[in-house]
Amino acid sequence: MSETVSANGMDSETFDQFIDQLERYVRERLLPAEKEVIANDRVPEDILSEMKDMGLFGLTVPEDYGGAGLNTRQYAQVVRTIAYAAPAFRSIFSINVGMFNSAIKNGGTDEQKAEWWPRIAAGEVACFGLTEPGSGSDSAAMQTFAKPDPDGNGWILNGTKRYITNAPHADVGLIMARTEKDALPKNAHVSAFIVPMDTPGVSVGSADEKMGQAGSHVADVMLDDVHVPGDALLGGETGQGFRFAMQSLDNGRISVGAASTGYARRALDSALKYANERQAFGEPIANFQLIQQMLAESWTEIYAAEAMMADVTARVDRGEDTIKHAAAFKAFASEMCGRVVDRVVQIYGGAGYLAEYDAERFFRDARIYRIYEGTTQILQLQIAKRMLREYANM
Amino acid sequence: MKILVPVKRVIDYNVKPRVKADGSGVDLANVKMSMNPFDEIAVEEAIRLKEAGKAEEIVAISVGPAKAQETLRTALAMGADRAILVETDDEVEPLAVAKILKAIAEEEQPGLVMLGKQAIDDDSNQTGQMLAALMQRPQGTFANTVEIDGDSVIVKREIDGGLETVKLTMPAIVTTDLRLNEPRYASLPNIMKAKKKSLDVKTPADYGVDTAKRLTTTNVAEPPVRQAGEKVEDVDALVMKMKALGIA
Repeated sequence: MSETVSANGMDSETFDQFIDQLERYVRERLLPAEKEVIANDRVPEDILSEMKDMGLFGLTVPEDYGGAGLNTRQYAQVVRTIAYAAPAFRSIFSINVGMFNSAIKNGGTDEQKAEWWPRIAAGEVACFGLTEPGSGSDSAAMQTFAKPDPDGNGWILNGTKRYITNAPHADVGLIMARTEKDALPKNAHVSAFIVPMDTPGVSVGSADEKMGQAGSHVADVMLDDVHVPGDALLGGETGQGFRFAMQSLDNGRISVGAASTGYARRALDSALKYANERQAFGEPIANFQLIQQMLAESWTEIYAAEAMMADVTARVDRGEDTIKHAAAFKAFASEMCGRVVDRVVQIYGGAGYLAEYDAERFFRDARIYRIYEGTTQILQLQIAKRMLREYANM
Repeated sequence: MKILVPVKRVIDYNVKPRVKADGSGVDLANVKMSMNPFDEIAVEEAIRLKEAGKAEEIVAISVGPAKAQETLRTALAMGADRAILVETDDEVEPLAVAKILKAIAEEEQPGLVMLGKQAIDDDSNQTGQMLAALMQRPQGTFANTVEIDGDSVIVKREIDGGLETVKLTMPAIVTTDLRLNEPRYASLPNIMKAKKKSLDVKTPADYGVDTAKRLTTTNVAEPPVRQAGEKVEDVDALVMKMKALGIA
C-alpha cells in the first residue's frame, strides 16, 4: 500500500464532479440548516451523518486507507467551498482531515496508519491536544506528563488540555505530553499519544462560551491516570511529538486561510444581495458609489486571497518549503475576511447590527480566524524571521 | 428486474437562462450544465427500488453530446450500475430519443423504464409517452409514488385535483414528478467508485435512428418583465382599482 498522499491528488474530472455536488449540498442543505445550528448550538445529527457518508471526514486520508487522497490544492478547495456555510460545518471534520491526519501521515507507524486512517475516514471525530492552561506553542512549560507504566504496560498520562476544538464530540485525541522532566533541545521532551476518548480517566469539560461559530465546540480535556498501551505512542518513539505537531501547522494554516476566503465570499454575496434590495432615497443602495467602493474592495481582496491559496497549495503539492507562504496566506486571508465582514455590517447599516440579519453573525464568526492556528502577529514574526535568515544566508 | 433510467444533460436549474440575441434559442456558451432534476428523481427512485431488493440492475442512458458522459457519471455515482451514452451533437427531439430508447429497451429487456416527466430545458413532456406508444407498453406518468407488486407496478399519479392510482403490467414506462423523492448527493467514495463502472458509447446510427430535426423553432423570447405593483390605502380602494382594471 502506498503511504504517501499523492501530490497529484484525485483526477480532476472526479474532483470537479465532487466539488459540483458539494456546492449543491452547501446551497441546498447546509445554508437552510444554519438557523437550526445556531439555535441549538450543534450540527444536526442527520447532517453530520450525511457529511460522513459524503466522505468529508477522510478527504486527505490516502485512498488505500478508505479516504479520498486529495492533494493540498483540492483539500483547500473543499474547505473553501464548505466554509461558505456556517463555520461549524467545517469545524467538525477539520481536525480529522487536518492536524490529526497530518500527524499520522508524518509520524504514524504502519500499524497506526492501518488502525486510525480508516477510522477517521469513516467519520470518527478527532481532536488535537497541544495547548494547556499554562502553555501553547512554548512547549517547555507543558505540564501534561506521560510516564511509563511501572508494570511495563504502556504509559500513564496526567494533565489538562485547553481550548480543544471538537473535544465534546471526539472519539480520539492526539495528545501531546512530556516524556522527560527537563526541557530538551528541539522539544525532544514532548511525545504524542493517540488516546481514544473513552479510555478510563479521560474527561471533557463543558464547552466554552464563545463570541461566535455557534455549533462548533471547544472544551478542556482532563487526563487523570489515563493508561494507554505502548502502541499509542505516535511513531513508536518518544521525543518526536512536537515535531509532528509543527509539521501539521502549514496544513492547519492553509485550512483556516481557505475557510476565511470562503466565508468572506459568503458575507460579500449576502451584502451584494442586500445592497440591491435595500432602498434609500428611492433607489437601491447598490447604486451609491461609496457602497460600490466597499463591494469592489471586498471582491478584490477575496480574489487576492484566492490567488494566494492557489499558489501556496501548488507549492505544498510540489514539496516546497512553505512555512512563509502558508503563514502569509493565513494572515492575509483572515485579516481580509475581518475587513470584508466589517464592510458587510456597514453595508447592511442599522440592520447589520441586528441579530435578525446575518451580517452581525458573519462579523462575530470571522473574528477567530485571525487568532487560531497562529495569531496574525505570531505569523508575521515567523515570516520576518524566515526573511531575515534568508537574507543572512545570501 | 432491470431498470433503464434515461437522463438528459440540461442547463443547471440555478442558472438564469439568457436568450440568444437572434431569438434562435437559449445561449448555452459557458453555462453550467447538470442532470435534468426530474431525471435525477428517476435515478433516485430506481436506486431505492434496488436497495429495497425490488430491482437488480440500473442502467443509465443519455442521448446527447460527449459531455453528457458527466451526467452519466453522476448517475453512476448516485448508484446506477452501468451507463450507455448515445452520442450525437444534434439537438435531439423527443421522438428521436424515444426511438433510441425503444431500441435499447429491446436489447436490455428492462422491467421498468423510469424517466423524468419532462426536461427543464424544453419542457416537452413527451419522451415517456412516445416511448410507451412505440413499445406498446403501459405508462404511468407524473409518478408521486411507485410500488412494485409482483409483475406489476402501482403508480400514484399527480393529476389536477388529486392523485390517481394506476396498476401497470411490467414492462412499463414510469415518468417521475417532483414530489416522488428527494435525490441523494453523490458521495466522494461513490464518485470515485463510479469511475470504474462501465460506460458504453454508441451512436444513433447503431440503433438505426435518424435524429434529424422534425420541428422548427421560430422564435425564443424572454418572458415579459413584470410591471411594478401599486399600493392602495384600503380594501375599498382595492376593489375600485380591480373594477377599473376589469378583474373584479
